[in-house]
Amino acid sequence: MPKSYLWQGNVACVEGAIAAGCRFFAGYPITPANEISEHMAKRMPEVGGIFIQMEDEMASLAAVIGASWAGLKAMTATSGPGFSLMQELIGYAFFTETPCVIVNVMRVGPSTGQATRAAQGDLMQARWGTHGDYEAVVLAPNSPQEMFDLTARAFDISERLRTPVVVLSDEVVGHMYENVVVPDEVKTSERPRPEKGRMEFFGPEEVPPMPRLGDGFKVPVTGSTHDEKGIRFTRDPEVHRRLIKRLVGKIRSHAKELWDWEVKGHAEGPLDVAFISFGSVSRSVEEAIDVLNSEGLKVAGLRLKTLWPFPEGPVVEIASKSKFIIVPELNMGQLVREVERASAGRAQVVGYSKVGGGELPTPEELADFALGLVRR
Amino acid sequence: MSRPAFSVRKYLRSGLKLPFCPGCGCYTVINCFLRAIYELGHDDLSGFVFCSGIGCAAWIPSPYFDADSVHTPHGRAIPVATGIKLARPELSVVVFGGDGDIAGIGCGHLIHAARRNADITVIMVNNMVYGMTGGQVAPTTPLGARTTTTPMGSFERPLDVARVVAACGANYSARWTTAHREELVQAFERALTGRGFRFVEVVSQCPTNFGRRLGMDAKAMLEWFRKAAVPVEEAAKMGPEVLRDRIVVGVFADRDEPGLLDRLREAYGR
Repeated sequence: MPKSYLWQGNVACVEGAIAAGCRFFAGYPITPANEISEHMAKRMPEVGGIFIQMEDEMASLAAVIGASWAGLKAMTATSGPGFSLMQELIGYAFFTETPCVIVNVMRVGPSTGQATRAAQGDLMQARWGTHGDYEAVVLAPNSPQEMFDLTARAFDISERLRTPVVVLSDEVVGHMYENVVVPDEVKTSERPRPEKGRMEFFGPEEVPPMPRLGDGFKVPVTGSTHDEKGIRFTRDPEVHRRLIKRLVGKIRSHAKELWDWEVKGHAEGPLDVAFISFGSVSRSVEEAIDVLNSEGLKVAGLRLKTLWPFPEGPVVEIASKSKFIIVPELNMGQLVREVERASAGRAQVVGYSKVGGGELPTPEELADFALGLVRR
Repeated sequence: MSRPAFSVRKYLRSGLKLPFCPGCGCYTVINCFLRAIYELGHDDLSGFVFCSGIGCAAWIPSPYFDADSVHTPHGRAIPVATGIKLARPELSVVVFGGDGDIAGIGCGHLIHAARRNADITVIMVNNMVYGMTGGQVAPTTPLGARTTTTPMGSFERPLDVARVVAACGANYSARWTTAHREELVQAFERALTGRGFRFVEVVSQCPTNFGRRLGMDAKAMLEWFRKAAVPVEEAAKMGPEVLRDRIVVGVFADRDEPGLLDRLREAYGR
């Protein structure tokens, strides 16, 4: 029978990871993600895993990548400044097709910013943070329940597609206490394993089998452009094109199954106003919808649980039946640009930025803003 | 049945040509390292995983050794190796890297791996410059030496890496040069056995991007190493001014304290 626990978001994240099979954690202290490390330090020994605190965030993700190649499901957790430091290794994990999960409990930036206050300023960094061509997979929880569910899902996707997956949370969601229902079974996948004698671990299939270090496959892993066998090969541009098209393609071709979202409020159009949001802000949006509907407006909210690959389908659908789209976010305008791009003029897209102090826009604030637009 | 004679080729992946310049010290490091592997009784490299970062020396194992190898971003080989070792303690994990990779950009990782006595072997090939990128000044460049980024001579003091690693608590730390082949083989054999963090610094010649600017070819550089080398025991009796132009060689630490895995197992009750 499913059990229910009163958990902090960061604790739920750890339990979701463990339920998905995570057995290695390496991290570096940073607010507001510390509870993830602290709970992992206690839980890893209990479940037969390994916890280690490394000397910095580069070392943390490096150790995670090493452990993943050695056969363990592995993860790290951090916040903005640490996430910046991890970018080189996120690119490495993508290019070497290393399954791993990176949790970013967002705080106010840039730089040290406000360590204890929520923000959503890393949305674009999570997509474009490392150099070169790549596709990111980024999930966005808005409750302790989803810290559990989406961390587990991050492992599932990461193993199935052999790619790093980011869980983009924020201080409010990470530190919030709520009931979390733990299902009897959590959907998990294992990376494909090679048959004995195989020598191609980086193609030609969309997701090639991944050997474990020490099992006799003599796999060369490299962050340089490489052929299907993993041998560095930079003379022929076709080798790079083939590799990067496959790596980018394997995310793009699975985009629709990676998309996850939730719609609240009026199900049918036409709508006066639709909100598009993610993370902690979406909790204010839910109440704003009720306020506005009681005012006689037709309002709905689209909440993105997958941020990247960007869920264009549901965005286009809601834009097609809305007059206005309001995009409230805890940054100076990141999601709004992507919504504008995807909705392509179907609705009038208006951003609503709030930054500093970790204050969410209140439901009343959002409702007033929407009323101002509609009754202008 | 007698064992086949030592052959470097046996341990190398077939069909690949080593990338090093003529006269490069990396050839000596490969020969001495694989000789140590052979002397320890390994007829192949199964059970070994090699990690390296960016730089000429990082090409020593990857992809040339016929084994698992992980070629990481610049400076990150040691933490990747630590993750591998913690996840699969039964494997022997060996890191190769240059002085820039290990003691420059990766210096924080080096110090902490030595401090936690991580159960890995690190071989640092110290050619005293950033060779692959053209011969820029490195944290190990001798004071006053000309490089492409110190055209008037280096005005910074070099890091005494083997001594730093010993001071951080590594179980083993030694320094030799490519002019000390027998000592190197012995040092590698020691570094490949036992527990804890084991470190060998190999002062090596880069005739292309360092020697050329000093007016020395590979042979002259080896002659320089031979003459400049002073055993650590003798160096203890010499003053800093005398030692400035010398290369102190020998063993800086050799102990058998519990490694990271021992400590972790003890803490975890496993």
